[in-house]
Amino acid sequence: MALRTLLGKDLRILARSPVLVVLLIAYPVVIAVLIGLALSSSPALPRVAFLNEIAPSQSTITLGNEQIHTTRYERELFAAIQPVMVSTRAQALADVRDGKTVAALIIPPELPEQLANAAGSAYVDVIYNGDAINQALVEEAIESKLAQANVLLAAQLSRVADGYIDLLLTGGDLHFLGSSFDVLGLVHAQSILAAVLSRLPPSSPVRHALVQVDAFAKIAVANLGGSRQVIGAVAAPVVARESVISGRRTPLSEYAVAVAVSVSLMFIAILLASGMLALEREENTLGRLRRGLVSTTQLLAEKALLAAVTAVVVSFVMLCGIGLFVPLGFGRAGLWLLAICGGALAFGTLGVAMGALVREVRAASLLVLLVSLPLVFLALVPSGSVSGGLYDVIRVISAVFPFKASLEALDAAVNQSQPSLASALAHLAALIAGFGALARVALRP
Amino acid sequence: MTVALEAAGLSKRFAGRVAVHNVSFTLKAGEVLALIGPNGAGKTTLLSMLAGGLAPSAGELHPSGAAGIGWVPQQTAIYSKLSIAENLRLFARLEGVTEPETAVDAMLEQTGLRERSDDAVGRLSGGNRQRVNIAVGLIANPAVLLLDEPTASLDPRQRARLWEFINLRVAAGTSVAFATHEIGEAERYASQLLLLADGEMLFLGSPAELCTAAQEGNLDRAFLALLAARGH
Repeated sequence: MALRTLLGKDLRILARSPVLVVLLIAYPVVIAVLIGLALSSSPALPRVAFLNEIAPSQSTITLGNEQIHTTRYERELFAAIQPVMVSTRAQALADVRDGKTVAALIIPPELPEQLANAAGSAYVDVIYNGDAINQALVEEAIESKLAQANVLLAAQLSRVADGYIDLLLTGGDLHFLGSSFDVLGLVHAQSILAAVLSRLPPSSPVRHALVQVDAFAKIAVANLGGSRQVIGAVAAPVVARESVISGRRTPLSEYAVAVAVSVSLMFIAILLASGMLALEREENTLGRLRRGLVSTTQLLAEKALLAAVTAVVVSFVMLCGIGLFVPLGFGRAGLWLLAICGGALAFGTLGVAMGALVREVRAASLLVLLVSLPLVFLALVPSGSVSGGLYDVIRVISAVFPFKASLEALDAAVNQSQPSLASALAHLAALIAGFGALARVALRP
Repeated sequence: MTVALEAAGLSKRFAGRVAVHNVSFTLKAGEVLALIGPNGAGKTTLLSMLAGGLAPSAGELHPSGAAGIGWVPQQTAIYSKLSIAENLRLFARLEGVTEPETAVDAMLEQTGLRERSDDAVGRLSGGNRQRVNIAVGLIANPAVLLLDEPTASLDPRQRARLWEFINLRVAAGTSVAFATHEIGEAERYASQLLLLADGEMLFLGSPAELCTAAQEGNLDRAFLALLAARGH
């Protein structure tokens, strides 16, 4: 009864404070959009674990008269990343998993053979940890440098192919396995065939067969000449073979959706909860309420619930609206709601803890902004873009603030990413208990 | 007369600092007690304990808690965005009043604010806001009304009107304890004075008894003389 009465009173106050409501709801949405846009760009030279599995003796490939040095293409790739040299594939994977590097780039031992066979494209392995920001940070850089390397490599391979085609067309010496062969060539073969045909009597039984061979030689000469352009146009000798250590890879656009919704969820819930509690102090009603009319737990729960429900409604509507433009799985809407509820309650509880610490609504709002914004950016720092020790500190700070856990819950609900929704919700539940206790202590008379 | 409120050996400590030490008194039905003393004497702390907002560090209090006690803090403790009637209705429900609308109606009548019942409290004058503040303290028809410097921010006319309002309740049997810096106000309206200084109770008795104890004919001078005599 007391809870419902207080809730009714707070809703009435909010309805009569349009400026406050605009500040609490419109502002977070603007901030969320700005952060989403900022995520589209990423800093240069990401730390990438690098492993070259090609034996030093095989790093130079000889094709025809051309020699291809794979180390030259290594250097091309290094211009786009900050390589962290590792000696085994397991170490490369561990570095990615532990967040020491944003990705691993592995040149497999079979690359020279694949290039020499030219049966198809050769591969380099690029391994990510499933974090969309990390992936965006390194993917574009590696792919652009790989494209540059491919241009150089394709030119070399094209020259080799040209040589072989010339040999087939016009003939010449072919050096193979230490021996030299005299190749006739299609042009000479066709001349010889034409001469033989002119001397054959029209009734000769082999004439029909030779006419067919002569026609083939003419077609072969014409089309092999044209194939040079085709080889140059389609060449992409090496491609990146991408994989993720665990879980489903989240596309950046869908990850940005989770970030944007988490940011708005955070601001609405924390600002509202802290503001409404600070308002009780500002109006001097806290003392009056706490002299037995309402328990501290009831008071805190009412504020946190009001803030959480408002944030859930706005965030869920926002997510559904975004879903009209970004392909999201609406079949998982129940899980979205679960993740949003978990995050909203955690932010609401943090809000009442902050509101309990200050005496005015303005001070509460300032405190929320001062605390939240830097922590949001910290939570979004890609693992490999800073040193390992610093990232560990960031990880601890992010773990005691609900944004990271809320983002992980929403990302798991929307994009099926790792860690799972259940573990993210458990993390949020622990934070709710912690901030609830903190709020009770801060509100003690 | 029945005893409405009784305190025995009431003390309060804050982190090693003694705010109120060993205060005992009895307040009977329809009696008015004035808490007087210099700033920082412990008047607000004592009233907060009597109101159930602060737990005493030592001593006994009857009745204990908020039941049957109306509390009017020094600064108006009502919602400025809500109307007079909405504030009264909210606190009537929180106080557990069985018929909230009847209580609201009675309070609007007694405060003389019926015509402005739908006005937001934030738009009222200081005097009217204080009347609503007191009405909230009285909404559950308590046996004891506790007021912390109720006229501190009011002009003389507003003060007189407020005391008229409080005296109506006293006449109906409500006991009142109020803290004040106005010795004249204490002399005019209180039947008992409780003099506090540095948390210590220096005197408990009628205004005339205070003058006799200090051997002064004037209550203002008697108040200062007693404080000086006790080293405050």
